[in-house]
Amino acid sequence: MDQIVFFTDILLPALQKGLIITLQLILLAAPFGFVLGVGVAVGRQYGGPVTRVLCKVLVYFVKGCPLLLLLFILYFGLPSIGIVFSAFTASVIGFILCNGAYNSEYIRGAMLSVKDGQMIAAQALGMTRLQAVRTIVLPQAIRRALPGLSNEWIYLIKYSSLAYMITVIELSGSGKLVATKYFTYTETFVAVGVVYLFLVTLTTLAVNAIEKKYAVPGMIRG
Amino acid sequence: MHTDEYILKVEDIHKAFGANEVLRGVSFEVKKGETLVFIGSSGTGKSTLLRCINQLTPPDRGRVWLHGEEVTNSGKRINYFRQRIGMVFQNFFLFDHLTALKNVEVALIRVKGMSKEAAREKALAELRQVGMEDWAGHYPAELSGGQAQRVSIARALAMDPDVILFDEPTSALDPELTREVLEVMRTLAQQGMTMLVVTHEMGFACNVANRILFMENGVIAEQGAPTILLTDPQYSRVKNFIGQFLEYNGD
Amino acid sequence: MELIPLLLDWFPYLLRGIGVTFGLVLSSLALGVIIGLPMALGQVYGSRLVRVPIGIYVWFFRGLPILVLLFLFYFGIFPGLGFDLSAFVVGAVVLGLRGAAYQSQIFRGAIQSVGEGQMVAARSLGMDRLCAVRSIILPQSMRIALPGWSNEYPNILTDSAVCYAIGVAELLTRASQIVAQTYVTMPIYLAAAGIFILMNYGGMKVLHMIERKIAIPGFGSGAM
Repeated sequence: MDQIVFFTDILLPALQKGLIITLQLILLAAPFGFVLGVGVAVGRQYGGPVTRVLCKVLVYFVKGCPLLLLLFILYFGLPSIGIVFSAFTASVIGFILCNGAYNSEYIRGAMLSVKDGQMIAAQALGMTRLQAVRTIVLPQAIRRALPGLSNEWIYLIKYSSLAYMITVIELSGSGKLVATKYFTYTETFVAVGVVYLFLVTLTTLAVNAIEKKYAVPGMIRG
Repeated sequence: MHTDEYILKVEDIHKAFGANEVLRGVSFEVKKGETLVFIGSSGTGKSTLLRCINQLTPPDRGRVWLHGEEVTNSGKRINYFRQRIGMVFQNFFLFDHLTALKNVEVALIRVKGMSKEAAREKALAELRQVGMEDWAGHYPAELSGGQAQRVSIARALAMDPDVILFDEPTSALDPELTREVLEVMRTLAQQGMTMLVVTHEMGFACNVANRILFMENGVIAEQGAPTILLTDPQYSRVKNFIGQFLEYNGD
Repeated sequence: MELIPLLLDWFPYLLRGIGVTFGLVLSSLALGVIIGLPMALGQVYGSRLVRVPIGIYVWFFRGLPILVLLFLFYFGIFPGLGFDLSAFVVGAVVLGLRGAAYQSQIFRGAIQSVGEGQMVAARSLGMDRLCAVRSIILPQSMRIALPGWSNEYPNILTDSAVCYAIGVAELLTRASQIVAQTYVTMPIYLAAAGIFILMNYGGMKVLHMIERKIAIPGFGSGAM
């Protein structure tokens, strides 16, 4: 078969379809992963004893267990106790849990590095603890955590490929189907790889721009 | 009115950290417009006393009243009292991620619920008062220590507090920066702000204080107007303490 | 209930996956050092001609999902080059090539964080560049790199599970096979998760112990 026809008529349309699913997975998981990360970090730092333990268990489990296994549990395991998700939903939940757990570690580390005086000064002005955390501690912590968070976004892009292992035909999945059908493994996976490289590089550039925009003099990155 | 004669009343404050008894029964009263200066060697509990007043460090015993309302044991209402009791810290504690202007604005908006426009106007006015209006857009890391401390005074002033607590406001500053901060504080005192100041600046204490309180071993050992403490032989201990500092400072 | 005996029957099969998973992880860590360290030296001390290809290698292997790399090498590149490699070998090599890309950056950072004074002092004693790097810079930078390098262990361990996709008989693959045979899902998956978590935190404990053993006073692990 003609190489050019294969690329333009078969591979590209397939990858385009897959890319749309991949982008859906990422764009759904990233914001919730961020919120979960902030929530877990605040819960571990300022929550009651029960909240602390729950947040800690979540982080330890998710970080200790392979993401692929987590997806298997969500998609193949949970139906046995009556909880059924579509493959897409299970993937998004898995990515949110994973992304959130890792994010929370960066945010918590950054919160610990916010000096005590910031909290004391906020309380001396009459802020409640919650107000102080929200308006003073978190904005500083998130800025400091940004390099770590951006790493996690890049991981999220790459690990979204694991959704294929639970039957979501995203970018890698569509590549695999084409490669198997037309026996064009190297070309196809190089093409798939180029798309991921493009996404990753684009995200890196975007994050650098965000970091620059929210940079504050004297506040060290990382 | 009788109850309003004293803005702030502090009664029998005790505080221990473990076995270390830092405050062992401190009582005093403050009238509107008074400037009280607390002096004494390090570790005599002066800073702890200030933090006990706005409950950043809850005292073990004793009570604090502001305008006849109890500040101690006030539960969630403590945040209301903290709005009325400003505080200026040794290390400024400016919010690192906010510009000078936003540092002054943030509590006006979040705590007092002012509109953004009103808060901005008020914040700019306070920055003008401490001579920092031109630096409104700068971040804390871009300010000298003296400038940062003036911004933190503006931040406290913006809340329109009944009294401001100054916790060694110039101890972290080089001598040449100390003056610009003391100037601002002197002006405030002259304008009738009620102030409690912990400091080692004896020149400021002698010239600006209505009353000097000399602390030793967790209690107020002696107190009185500067002129009396410096002249009356009965207070030779305080005089010696002050003299020792004046010598070091070379003035 | 017959669940417990059933699980006990299959448990040895699952446990044998630990060895396979460990094999993947260890070969990947080893390849990471063998390839990653020279790459790091090349990036710090090499000419443009050396630095640019290494940079591209790092960008490529860090930018692609592990799943895509496994597919690419297992189905595409190795067969295309005429190699007939087992899934395990491909898994170990791909994890290793990818590990080298990540680890080279840890080593690079560590080498660059050794003060310039060390190199100047070594050269002033008459050492040539290579000798100075080998006897002065590397011993210091390896200690600095160790905490960061240890942190690669949990990443590689969890990534090794993706070798399921090409059929390596590691833990997750075996767990899935047992699920397919027995139709018991949650207990099997949770057992596998438990084993991964134990390997993860247990391994980290051992690595931290090694870190402490070879620590030198005044040589903070905080340097990274």
